[in-house]
Parts: sequence; C-alpha cells; structure tokens
Amino acid sequence: MQVEVDESKCIAAGQCVLSAPEVFDQRDEDGIVVLLAERPGAELHDVVREAAGLCPAAAIRLAELVEG
Amino acid sequence: MSRILVVGASAAGLAAVETLRREGYDGTVTLVGDESHAFYDRPPLSKQILASQWEPGKLALRPPADLDALGLDLRLGTAATRLDLAGRTVHLADGTELPYDGLIVATGVRPRRLPGEGAHVLRTLGDALVLRDRLRRGSRLAVVGAGFLGSEAAAVARGLGAEVVLVEPAPVPLAHAVGAEVGRVLTQAHLDHGVDLRTGVAVVEAGAGGVRLADGELIDADEVLVAVGSVPNTDWLQGSGLTVADGLVCDEFSAAAPGVYGAGDVARWHNPLFGVEMRIEHRTNAAEQGMAAARNLLRPEARKPFAPVPYFWSDQYDMKIQAYGYLRGHDEVTVVDGDLTAGRFVAAYRTGDHLAGALAVGMPPKVLMSWRRMVAARAAWSDAVPSTASVVA
Ligand SMILES: Cc1cc2nc3c(=O)[nH]c(=O)nc-3n(C[C@H](O)[C@H](O)[C@H](O)COP(=O)(O)OP(=O)(O)OC[C@H]3O[C@@H](n4cnc5c(N)ncnc54)[C@H](O)[C@@H]3O)c2cc1C
Ligand code: SF4
Repeated sequence: MQVEVDESKCIAAGQCVLSAPEVFDQRDEDGIVVLLAERPGAELHDVVREAAGLCPAAAIRLAELVEG
Repeated sequence: MSRILVVGASAAGLAAVETLRREGYDGTVTLVGDESHAFYDRPPLSKQILASQWEPGKLALRPPADLDALGLDLRLGTAATRLDLAGRTVHLADGTELPYDGLIVATGVRPRRLPGEGAHVLRTLGDALVLRDRLRRGSRLAVVGAGFLGSEAAAVARGLGAEVVLVEPAPVPLAHAVGAEVGRVLTQAHLDHGVDLRTGVAVVEAGAGGVRLADGELIDADEVLVAVGSVPNTDWLQGSGLTVADGLVCDEFSAAAPGVYGAGDVARWHNPLFGVEMRIEHRTNAAEQGMAAARNLLRPEARKPFAPVPYFWSDQYDMKIQAYGYLRGHDEVTVVDGDLTAGRFVAAYRTGDHLAGALAVGMPPKVLMSWRRMVAARAAWSDAVPSTASVVA
C-alpha cells in the first residue's frame, strides 16, 4: 500500500492521527498532516484505510501496490 | 444479505459504501443520489470555492478509479421518492423500484428558506458557483444568518472586496451553539473587517434586491444569501412507518428499524457518550456515522453503539475555529488557555458535572487533542478544569 497526502486539502482535523498514529502525525504549528510512513506494513493497512475514510478533507489517498 | 441500498451520494453515503466493501461485503451495493455530481465535498464550497481559490475538480472526494473499484450499482440524478418498509423496496423518481435486504439513509439536509424569490442558498456546488460569479469588489451582499455558514460566506465576500451586511435574527450570533461570550468574540471579527453586522433583527422576506425586516425597513443588496439553518431530507420517508422528527430518528446503534440505518446530517440518534439524542451537521460525523451504520448493518450480532465525540471546524478571516464535543445546552464556559479578547484561546464547556467539549481559536490544533480525550473519557468537570480558570458564561 502506498499512502499519499495532499497538504493543500488538509484542514488539520487530526482524524488520521487518532486512527493511525504510526503512519500520520500533525505539524505542531498548524496541524497539517505529516506522513510518517509512505508504505506502511500490512498490519497497519486496516487502520490506514480507516484514517483515509475518516479524513474530512479527503486529503489521504491510498494506492494498493501489487506486493512482490 | 445480498442487496444493500444506500440513498444519498455524499460524504455519509460514500463512507458507508466504502466500509461495506472494506468489511468484505461482496453483494450488490446500489447507491442512489439525486445530484448529478457524485461525491464532492461541501465544506470548501463556502471557503475555497467561493473565494475562487480552488476549481470544482478539487472537490472530488475520490479519484474515479477508486470509485470504480467499489463496483457500485450507481443511480445518480434520480431521487428516492418512497420507502415501502414492509416490502423492503425503495421507489425512485424515474419509476424504478429497488428491493433491498439492508438500507442506509444518508440524504442529508437542504437549506431552510425565507419568503421571497431570488435569494441564494449555499448547499450544492451549483449554489456556490452561481454565488461566486456574482461576488465582486464593490458589489453589495446581504447575508441572512450569522451562523458558521453565513459567517464564512461573509468573510470570503469581504476578502473579495464586496460590501457585506450580515443580518442575524438572534441577539448574539452563535450563542445557542457556542455560548454568548464566545459567540461575541467570533462575531467581533466581522466588525473588525468592516461588515455591517445587525443583530436581533427579524427578517420577514429575502429576495433578489434585498431583505425586508419585520419593522418594514428594506436593506438593499445586489445579492442576498440566506443561511438560516437546514431541513432534513426526510420527505421521501413520509408514510413509511419510520419515525421522523427533525431528522430520521435512530437508536444508539444508528438503526431506524431492523435492517435500516441512518447516517450523516439527516440522522438523529441517541449518542450514549452524552446520553442525549443529537443530529450533527458536521463533516466528520458524516464519515464516522456512515462507517458505523455500514458495520452495524453487516454484523447485527456484533453491533456497536455509535458514540462519537463530534468534531467541527470553521475558517473565517484568519481565524481557525475547532471544537470537540457537544456544546449545545451547556451550563458553563471557561477559558482554560489563552485569552478571549486576544482571539487565541481554548474554552471548555460544562454540562452537568461533566466536561462536554472544548472549542479553540487560533491555537495549534494539537492542543485540542488532550481535551478530546477527556471528553471521550467522560471526564468529571472538576478533574478536567482547574478551579482557577476564568468563568465567562
Ligand atoms: C457550504 C458548507 C460548508 C460547510 N462547512 C463545514 C465545515 O467547515 N466543517 C464541518 O464540520 N462541516 C461543514 N459543513 C457540513 C458538511 O458538509 C455536512 O455535514 C456533510 O456534507 C454531511 O454529509 P451527508 O452525506 O450527511 O449529507 P449531504 O452532504 O447533504 O448529502 C446528502 C445527499 O443526498 C442527496 N439526497 C437528498 N434527498 C435525496 C433523495 N430523496 N434521493 C436521493 N438523494 C437524495 C442530496 O442531494 C445530497 O447529495 C458544511 C456544509 C456546507 C453546505
Ligand atoms: S484527517 Fe485529513 S484533514 Fe485531518 S489532519 Fe489528517 S489529513 Fe489532515
């Protein structure tokens, strides 16, 4: 799984951090999302999908990679 | 269960259909929506779209490929007109009858209107594009309603150089939502930015050319925006046997009847975290409730109560407002950080003996997270708020 974030859309809601703190953080000053892991391990895929679904700005995009 | 029907193709409906697939449901998912644009986001309508900072393409909630991957039976541009609960069938405006095993109602709300013809409302992409076309430097906009929506539109219009009159029927804007003191602070920004703010005035008519007040005064304007709240889209459920009372009434699982769930702006449900019935018009709630409804529908034996801490944000001028919790009906507000008059503060809200929520302006968003945790944990007020904090309301 490949995770991308669109900083220009992020409204700093922090929903992603609540769901998947291993993968997302927020900048201290303005709360904009910081991606900690572009290709999180399989054990995190469920929480990352949850985070993308909850993000109120649709700022998180997931692309499934063919694992090889 | 082999046929699930979701009515309403926006934030809550999208969260529901994505969750159904993520949870492994591989039956038919039919999604009905009366708008022809599917799955665009509304919060930027009163912000970046109105300000012409973004073009409509940026509002798409998902890229087309992601939507295709959901394998939906998509019925756009047609409204659901009737629900036959006993026969488990939904009737559409185009004459189609759709049988279902499970149903999720996510039809949202529409703007409340005032008597008169030709005033704008702001709910759809079309509404936003029409209004932004009309706003220009020197033109005169009257906004009726200084809630979050009207306030955002007023702020954008000022930024574009329009003259703005903001007419608010209540004595203090936003008082019912955030308390009088915080409401006053938030509306001071309008005065600072040269908005002609008129509070406590009843509007009897809003149309092209202006607004008529109860005392007969006419406020002239080139454009009028009415932002006085909304009405749940439940007309199509009339006579179905479901309970409708300012929204589709649901239980703590977000269920309205066996196999029928409500989600998003349209749903009124019992939130066990706060012990009250609520209907929340927030973007995050639409996603959370869409997910919860889908999960509970798929796994009735393992249903979970839907008990979120509501979250809301709003952008006005250079202010970023964020709030967690359920602030309505609070008994007390206390500033726990910063200073109300400096426009940088965190206010905590008490309901009964509990911390009910917190609202921040101009603070780093992370600051609110610890407050959210305490609200989620039903923290006692006396534990959450040191007694030295200043009480403002
Ligand atoms: C301009 C604007 C700014 C906002 N800003 C913020 C903000 O800053 N922060 C925040 O938290 N929230 C904000 N919101 C609120 C947020 O957008 C909503 O809470 C969210 O869109 C709710 O999603 P929903 O899917 O429940 O309902 P909706 O988005 O209303 O979607 C319901 C859909 O169902 C369709 N429908 C209705 N009836 C039928 C029918 N009979 N048959 C078929 N389809 C039907 C509707 O046309 C619509 O497409 C804003 C809303 C607006 C309008
Ligand atoms: S949930 Fe979305 S909007 Fe909120 S911080 Fe994360 S990326 Fe940004």
